[in-house]
Order: sequence, then structure tokens, then C-alpha cells
Amino acid sequence: MDAIILLTLTGLGLAALYFLVASGLSLVFGLADVLNFAHGLFLGVGAYATWWAAGNLPGAGPDGLGFVVAVAFGVAAGTLVAVLVELVLIRPLYSRTIEQVLVTVGLSLAGVALLQATWGADARPFPRPAWTREVTSIFGAQVPNGGLLLIVAAALVLGAILAFLRWTRYGLIIRAGVENREMVTALGIDVRKAFTLVFAIGGAAAALAGALGSVYFGTVSPQQGGSLLIFAFIVVVIGGMGSVVGSAYAAVAVGLLQQFVNYYGTSGLGDICVVALLAVVLLLRPQGIAGKAVTA
Amino acid sequence: MSEPVLTVENLSVRIAGLHILQGVSFTVAPTGVTVLLGRNGVGKTTTLRAVVGLTPRNGEVRGTVRTGAQSLLSQRTHRLVRGGLGYVPEDRCVFAGLTVAENLRLAERRGTRPAYDRVFALFPELDRRSRQRAGSLSGGQQQMLAIGRVLLNDNRLLLVDEPTKGLAPKVVTEVAEVLERVAESVPVLLVEQNLAVVRRLARDAVVLAAGRVAWTGDAQELLLETALTRSLLGVGSAEGHQHAAVATADHPAAAAPEDGS
Repeated sequence: MDAIILLTLTGLGLAALYFLVASGLSLVFGLADVLNFAHGLFLGVGAYATWWAAGNLPGAGPDGLGFVVAVAFGVAAGTLVAVLVELVLIRPLYSRTIEQVLVTVGLSLAGVALLQATWGADARPFPRPAWTREVTSIFGAQVPNGGLLLIVAAALVLGAILAFLRWTRYGLIIRAGVENREMVTALGIDVRKAFTLVFAIGGAAAALAGALGSVYFGTVSPQQGGSLLIFAFIVVVIGGMGSVVGSAYAAVAVGLLQQFVNYYGTSGLGDICVVALLAVVLLLRPQGIAGKAVTA
Repeated sequence: MSEPVLTVENLSVRIAGLHILQGVSFTVAPTGVTVLLGRNGVGKTTTLRAVVGLTPRNGEVRGTVRTGAQSLLSQRTHRLVRGGLGYVPEDRCVFAGLTVAENLRLAERRGTRPAYDRVFALFPELDRRSRQRAGSLSGGQQQMLAIGRVLLNDNRLLLVDEPTKGLAPKVVTEVAEVLERVAESVPVLLVEQNLAVVRRLARDAVVLAAGRVAWTGDAQELLLETALTRSLLGVGSAEGHQHAAVATADHPAAAAPEDGS
């Protein structure tokens, strides 16, 4: 029983990490039709900026309020990079899918190379509050606090995004734009502002994933974003492009499946099962759990 | 003669290598309804979309579209719409996942007071169904919502693309009545296949054939010319007469659409 609770909560921790990366990716694709392979870069920037701030930024540090300041700095850095990427590189390429893919793939490779050139290719220990290295006993299971932190953060981000989409004008524009972008412009709305906004939201969530994921793993490395991005894409496809709630369901499914299969089966089998789940969803429900059905 | 509200000169549109419009020129009078007619695929919808700046990115637009001295082709769609060009697209294009109220709220513009009174006076159904998802409305209700969204703001010109397409005869009459009332205060450029509706609403007509203007003039005179309507529209004016004669509030049942597209 302890093992099941532990696997469930660590699986949910992994799901939280996937959700934080996938939610922005899904909104960006749903609204702007941009398959952003550079999304992992926002995560890397968030992680490294938090790591740098904890050691160098006045007021920031590895503990207490200083850690909150460091994470806020990391999130701000990730958001800024995301906004710049949208304004400078993506905006001239809307409706030019091949060029978008080439630019974002190139940017992700260049971003990793830049992080490596600046701070080295090896993983570095991540400064984190002492309590995140400890465990909490839940029904007898010793659950890492870093994982619980991720779950709480993802739940808050999910709530915040849903509230934003439900209650604000820009949220309304984004929901409408995911359905029919052209019609939004035909109502007199400059939809490009919404594109920038979803990049900012996605960048912030990914940067938060970078910071809190590094807390969970205890290290930060340049390749971190790329490896998580693969599973985030799977989550987006399973959840349905443009659906934040779908991404949340899919992230939970993928995280739990991976964790349980890796524990009860062979290590690595969980990843294969995730790909198999993706194939099954694509065969049975190509639009994903909560996505729109594509018609001819 | 008063100055036209819209002037289209030598408008050419190519999309994916297809030369859809080939030098189209016409004007829209500052009052009443000007109808854009023609068989399927002659470029009626392409014309409206070019005017409102919605030609796809793989398309090429040339020519002149202006209101007064102001050129429209260089402007982006949202600016044209904010400038008073209201557009009701073919197939309604309501946001199915949003409620009726949310669909209307999207059309609100900063700095102006949305005319909900006007919209709900024309379409009381929308007020009653404000919390219903637009995707669950009937085709007629969706069309009312699509028109209502545009009427929430004051416009200089309305572009309305096949508003009666696929609607039941009773709803066709209702939509025609609404457009008739709307046209009393704002000029309308209407794409319409239903000749009964055309007869009821239109003052001027522009007929397209194979991407070119084949005829312009008085819409009522056009409908009286059997040979002309047969050659340009593929329908005898006798059929038009038949529909036109009954497309009134008193006899709505026979006001059936001519064609699905």
C-alpha cells in the first residue's frame, strides 16, 4: 500500500512537471498554430536563471523568501525570452509552418549550445531549500517534498490559467481564437496580441517547471528542457491541442503510467508504454481527450 | 448622385495559382442593399473576403478597394472592422464552445458603448439564450447571433455572406426581415443565392461570372429579365418571381433557398 501511495504521488509530481511544460505548448499550438520546438529553451532559461539568481542576485538565495525571489527571477527570465522569441522570430512566420519548425528547432539547439558554452555541459547542483530535500509521511509512504511542491505549483497554475481563460477578456479571446482565429480578427480584435500573451504564459509556466523541476531533481543541466519537451509534446497530443484541461488529464495519465510501469516492470518500459498510449489515443481519438474533432 | 460607400476597382485575387477574381469593379451605394450575385464558384465570397482583408496568405490581391479616399487593401482586418466594416461570414462562424453572451462580448469594442438594446430588440431570442453554448443553437439562431455580433457596434457598411444558406423557409423570412430593417440605417453588401430574398431586399445588383463582373444595375430589373437571370444565374426569373412573390411575412413558407452554397 505504501508503495502504491508513493508511486501515485511521485507519478503526480512527474505529471505536474509535464503539465507545466505542456499547458503553454498546447495553448500556443491551439491559438497560433505554432509547433514550438523551442519551448524547452524557456524551461532551461527558467532553471538557469533561478540557479544564477540564487547565488548572485541581491535578495535572492537558496532558502526562504530568497528562494521565492530566485524562482520569480527565473520565471520572469523565461517569460521575457518567450515574448522575445514570439515577437522577433515567430511573428514574421505565422502561417509558414515549415519555416516555424526550422526556426524553433534551430533555436532549441542554439539555446542548449549557449547554455553549455556559458555554464558547461555537466549537470550542476541546484540550490534549494533544505525542506525540499526532506520527505513527508503520507499514509506511511515517504513522499519527497520536491514532488509535492511540483504538484501544488501545477495545481495553482492550472487554476490560475483556467480562471484567466474564464474570467478575463483576453482569456475569452484566446478561447475564441483556438476555435476560429480568423473570425476573432473579423470582430475587430488584434489577435497577435493574444499570440504574444500565450507565449508569455507558456514561457512562464515552462520556466516555473524548469525551476521547480531542478529542485525536484537536485541538479540543473542544459539538456533538461529537451528531454522533458518530448513527453510534453506527447501530453499535448493526448490531451488535445489547445485544451489546458486536456493537458492536465493527459499529464496525469502519462506520469502515473510511466511511474507504475517503470516500478513494476523494467526501468524504461514506462517510456515505451507512454508512446504506446499515444499511439492508441491517435488511433481511437485523433483529436485527443479534449481536442476538437478535425473535419474535412 | 451621392458618393458610393465602397468602391472596388480592378480587383484581382489569385489563391494558390488560381486566378479567382480578374479585374472586378463595382460600387456600393451609401444606402440600401447591394447584392452580389452569380453561380457557385464565381468569386462572390472571395470578393467579400478581399474587401475585409481575409484573403489567405498564399493569396495575392491587386486593385483598389476604398471608402471615400481611404484605401482598404493596405489595412489589416481588425483595423478595417474597427473602422466600421462589419462582416458576417458564410456559415455563421459563431464560436461554438462559447456562450451566446460570450460571443456577443467578444464583439464589444473598447471606448464604445455596445448596442445590446438594438441587438436584443431585433433578436430577443439571443437575450433569452444568453447562457446557452452557441454550438447548441439551431442554424437560424446561430445566424441571428452572427448578425447580432456585428450589430453590437455602429458600422459604415455591412458585408453579409449568404445569411440564408441552409436555413428553414420561416427562418429565411425572419433573417430577410432583420436585414431589411438593418439596411434602413446602414448600407449592406450582400451575397445571396435566394432570389426571393434578393427581390425583397436588393436595390442594386452586381453579377459575377467567371471572376469578372458580368452585369450591374437595378436588382429588380434584373429579376424581371428571364433570359438574363437564366444565363447569369442559372435560374429562370419565373422561379425568382415565384419565390419573390411569397417571400413575405404573410407567406413565409415557400421562401426556400435556391441552393446550398
